[in-house]
Amino acid sequence: MSNVILVIADQTDGQFRKVTYEALSEGKKIASANGFELVAVVLGSNVAEAAGTLGQYGADRVMVADNPGLADFSSAAYGEVISGLIEKEAPELVLFGATVQGKELSACLAARCDAALATDCIAISWENGVATATRPIYGGKVLAAVQLDGSPGMVSLRPNAMEIVQSEGAGVVESIDVTLTDPPVKLLEKNMETGKIDITEADAVVAGGRGMGGSDYAVIEKLAQVLGGAVGASRAAVDEGWRSHADQVGQTGKVVSPSLYIACGISGAIQHLAGMSSAKVIVAINKDPEAPIFLKSDYGVVGDLFELVPAITEEVDKLKS
Amino acid sequence: MDIIVLLKQVPSTESMIEIADDGVSIKPDGIKWILNPYDEFAVEEALRIREAQGGSVTIISAGPEKAAEAVRTALAMGADKGVLITDPALKNYDGLGTAKVLAQAVKELPHDLIIAGQRAVDDDNYLVGAAVAEKLGLPLISMVFQEEIQDGRITCHKTVDGGSVVVEAALPVLFTTQKGLNEPRYASLPGIMKAKKKPLDTKSLADLGVDPVEVGDPKTKVKSLKTPPERTAGRMIEGESSTEKAAALVKALHEEAKVI
Repeated sequence: MSNVILVIADQTDGQFRKVTYEALSEGKKIASANGFELVAVVLGSNVAEAAGTLGQYGADRVMVADNPGLADFSSAAYGEVISGLIEKEAPELVLFGATVQGKELSACLAARCDAALATDCIAISWENGVATATRPIYGGKVLAAVQLDGSPGMVSLRPNAMEIVQSEGAGVVESIDVTLTDPPVKLLEKNMETGKIDITEADAVVAGGRGMGGSDYAVIEKLAQVLGGAVGASRAAVDEGWRSHADQVGQTGKVVSPSLYIACGISGAIQHLAGMSSAKVIVAINKDPEAPIFLKSDYGVVGDLFELVPAITEEVDKLKS
Repeated sequence: MDIIVLLKQVPSTESMIEIADDGVSIKPDGIKWILNPYDEFAVEEALRIREAQGGSVTIISAGPEKAAEAVRTALAMGADKGVLITDPALKNYDGLGTAKVLAQAVKELPHDLIIAGQRAVDDDNYLVGAAVAEKLGLPLISMVFQEEIQDGRITCHKTVDGGSVVVEAALPVLFTTQKGLNEPRYASLPGIMKAKKKPLDTKSLADLGVDPVEVGDPKTKVKSLKTPPERTAGRMIEGESSTEKAAALVKALHEEAKVI
């Protein structure tokens, strides 16, 4: 027993994703209750300064691999560094954010270290030396309690599922010596949508479905903007080519847990409901009073979304100013 | 170009899922079983690459005997041959155990390219493709929505957090699929007839030389399943006009729900 919990931070240009703080907060709970050490792990280029801030979320130590070769995520390079660290620290638990990067990295590491992995979890418990994680499966239709045997247990945490709690950790920064081998997969080009909040991390999601009638999502985008949230879409809208797959909410898209989910012109197919029913508050706007989505919504408004959504935007705007 | 596609049979996303009496599995009644949608993209892409470059497409699946249906569907779409690994011991395997078995099956076949779904829409694990690549020591390229192969190298457009990137690697590689990669074809009637005569080998773990106990001791164990709290219909917002309804809704979201 080494009594260490590792949290693999997820950052872009020195900015940590919210889920990194959520994972640290969750790790801290288990660490405090069991007298474990909470160790954050930061990989990247020019990240030493940002790494120092993780003590505020309870990290006792922050291990930093700062290397130009780690500037962009690659599962091969990141996997190499972190598996070395896992061998050295022999942690009980390794926590990741269930982002695109976190899911790929955790899968590679689980295979490399022959470790138990639970993906995209919404809760973890640690009792008598055994970790149990709760994870939605079948796109959220079922919740599974999964026991992780052996150490380390690896868990990736769904963004927005856990609270961020600030707590004082020593946050002592240590650097990891890195020797990288030539990566087998070479990065040629990056096309990033800067400033866009991912729907899995947004606190409010405004989604449009078949009722949008086309790719003009201006009314939805405006409401999302005043709410500081993100735009989602139903499978029907994505299949029509109105929105990118990155915005798709549902069993074959993303599962989201925002505080507020506003479904506009979405009838509520079972596979869509699976993707959004863990939202705190659901609002449905649909011109069909019989739309099944109303049966799963906290608030329903029957009417034309192209009139209602701008009116709602105006009201929110008034409230915020 | 010898291409291998890893495939899983899953309940359709329209299926209602009910928990069985044992509390750790689901009731099979009323479920429509389909080829995992992300694996369907993999089959389609493999066929397109074969059509452009020549070669063969082999489907490998590990699962119950029933999963042969999904392999047959892929054969009917146009794949050349199938391998179904089925064994009573597989029932308890977790994703990692399954990946080890699949990796062993891949090793026995020539392969320039392996394509897998980014995840199966039943257990949503995102594990098997990556783990097979790791076990075979092959480069992994995940969530690919566009690819091109030239002179033994593959260039892929793939989804990353907050955008997309273009990457390149020398074959052999394993890549996983993202929606947008292609529009899978339907199996034609002649395709379905032909598929009946295509080779579909069934293998046990012993046939693969895999020790079921050593490989299959699952490190993740499902202790219980439950359904998430059922959401119920809330309040309908009434009003004479859109403006009135909007005002009432925002008031409720602000004062009652406290989410704005």
